[in-house]
Amino acid sequence: MAAASQHRVPQALVALGAVLLCIGSYWGLAKAPGEVFMGDVQRIMYVHVPTAWNAMLALTFAFVCAVSFLFSNAWKWDNRLEAAMEIGVVLSLLLCTQGAIWAKPTWGVWWDWDPRLTTTAVMVFAFGGILALRAFVDDPMKRAVWSAVACIVAFADVPIVYFSVKWWNSLHQAQSSPETVSKAFHWPLRINAFGILFLWTGLLALRARVAALRLRSEIAPPLPERPRAASDARASGGAS
Amino acid sequence: MTDLLVALRKDLLLQWRGRAQIVAIFAFGAATLLLFSFAIGPDSVALREHAAGFLWLGLLLASTLSLAESFEREMEEQALEGLLLLPASARALYYGKAIANCAQLTLLGVALVPVMVVLYDAGTVRLLSLLGVILLGTAGLSAPGTLYAAMTAQTRARQTLLPLLLFPLVVPVLLAAVKATSLLILGDPMGQLRPWTSLLGAFAVVHWALGGLLFGRVVED
Amino acid sequence: MIAVAAAGLCRRYGRRWALTDVSFEVPEGALVMISGRNGSGKSTLLRVLATAIRADRGTAHVLGHDVRADREAVRERIALLGHRTHLYEPLTALENLALVGRFLGGDGRRTALLAALEEVGLADRADDAVQTFSAGMRQRLALARVLQQEARVVLLDEPYGHLDPPGFLLVDGVLRRLRGQGATVLMATHLIQRGRMLCDRGLVLEAGRLVYAGATAEMPEPAGADGAGFAEGA
Repeated sequence: MAAASQHRVPQALVALGAVLLCIGSYWGLAKAPGEVFMGDVQRIMYVHVPTAWNAMLALTFAFVCAVSFLFSNAWKWDNRLEAAMEIGVVLSLLLCTQGAIWAKPTWGVWWDWDPRLTTTAVMVFAFGGILALRAFVDDPMKRAVWSAVACIVAFADVPIVYFSVKWWNSLHQAQSSPETVSKAFHWPLRINAFGILFLWTGLLALRARVAALRLRSEIAPPLPERPRAASDARASGGAS
Repeated sequence: MTDLLVALRKDLLLQWRGRAQIVAIFAFGAATLLLFSFAIGPDSVALREHAAGFLWLGLLLASTLSLAESFEREMEEQALEGLLLLPASARALYYGKAIANCAQLTLLGVALVPVMVVLYDAGTVRLLSLLGVILLGTAGLSAPGTLYAAMTAQTRARQTLLPLLLFPLVVPVLLAAVKATSLLILGDPMGQLRPWTSLLGAFAVVHWALGGLLFGRVVED
Repeated sequence: MIAVAAAGLCRRYGRRWALTDVSFEVPEGALVMISGRNGSGKSTLLRVLATAIRADRGTAHVLGHDVRADREAVRERIALLGHRTHLYEPLTALENLALVGRFLGGDGRRTALLAALEEVGLADRADDAVQTFSAGMRQRLALARVLQQEARVVLLDEPYGHLDPPGFLLVDGVLRRLRGQGATVLMATHLIQRGRMLCDRGLVLEAGRLVYAGATAEMPEPAGADGAGFAEGA
């Protein structure tokens, strides 16, 4: 019963997030007036921008978990790290997909090497690689330490990747990222942003719990504390 | 500091003893450059234009072999652990290995330049600058590469994991090194070399610092 | 003075506890034999004391230094002869020892190192790469590497393994010499009779638990799950 109530808050978050996402998406995709220059294609911004914020947030949280784990060696941070990286990778993949959906009608190609999206794609591979690493390491402690280390290195790399791609791309074509929407249309954006936020926060808690259960099956349960009794053997000085 | 010099000497000595393998890795690199030409076709203009990219891709692929090999000797008899227990500073062991790896990759890069010149008709008179770019680029590869090689040498499927982890990370190195090398080969009328080499330098600084900080956790229990 | 003190050491590998609640004290200068069946935790115990691995629970102190909090200090005072030789295969015997010497602050002079190799009977193979050595020769070199560290606490994991009869005598001599120098030695070995001859104290491990700690004269034969003892080889 304790387990069930433990799930209630995350499940509520997921439900709330889904509802908010539906409201925000309907508002942005159907009800809000179309953008002047870009037309209906621009409506994807109502989903794209919130996804971008949350992907970055998720990966930043993963970084925090990684640092926390290295300092505390507490398993809960490793469980959260695993969940946060998975969510970050999924959101980043969604981001790239949305970017492609936007790019095809706008530029005629599926991928236009926009610096932010390209950095996101690189991050998908970087963090996806760390998830793959986890699959090949059996010892839970090593797995946790190495994922944390790799996560820190990958996260530190994000700004460098972004700037390098930005310079690299700027030589060939002008910035082609989707423009952010004007102030009048902020509400659907905010609603969706919180919707996705609640959604992934709830999912993170549930996924971290799954990781904790898996860990429990991998390592022997902690030994009960034994009082320091006379049963402790001692190699005393002299003949015993 | 002396720990670092002792470690570096050890790593260079190990590389010297294993020089037959380095020759094989060079052959592998040269072969990939050849394969790139076949992939593009006998279009000398296109080949020359993209020569820098081929060189660095070939070097990157060869680096996974070189980096992985650098930890084989450390793990087979747990020699690395033996050194840590002396005690030797983990940081010194990391930097010694990373510097040695950087030197080996620079050597590989320099050796591949003539191959590039011949296959793609892509050379430069600015040889010292090219050496500098190769040095900066390989420095960027070897810092995270040494860290991850230490990690993956202790896992299964190490052949796959090292490139999988390393390649996304070194995208900036690839971009900047190719750009810089291209400018040297094709000409740099507007003097754009400096920003790219600065980027390479910044990348190297960040990752050499990070590697030194994190290596201990990767190799200790 | 107490050289090694362990209190409630526990260490697990995956689902299995390799060490459970191991506590003992070893005075300085003692020669201690650790016996137990395969898989009883002898190597794990030595590795925890050497700070090669960390205990999941419990504490251990070597010459007053905590193995967890004060790892560097412990490492300066111990030397471990492990299951793996800690050698670089492509390097020569001399180069392996010179490497250790340099890390320890020495100058790696050839004469001193040759003397060390002479002691373990490898002087004529000084300039041969370790990968050309047999298992017994590697063991001798690993032993020389341990001696070179001149540690106050020496941890030996199956020092007699792979060695021929002259090698056995070599190890015996080394143990006597270490005792003469006042070093503390903990030696895991299957050679009970031999160990009893040389060591005055013994620890017996059974499935990760310490079942006996005291004089070797009264040491029981380590039993396995079937409760039977075992006969000693060689």
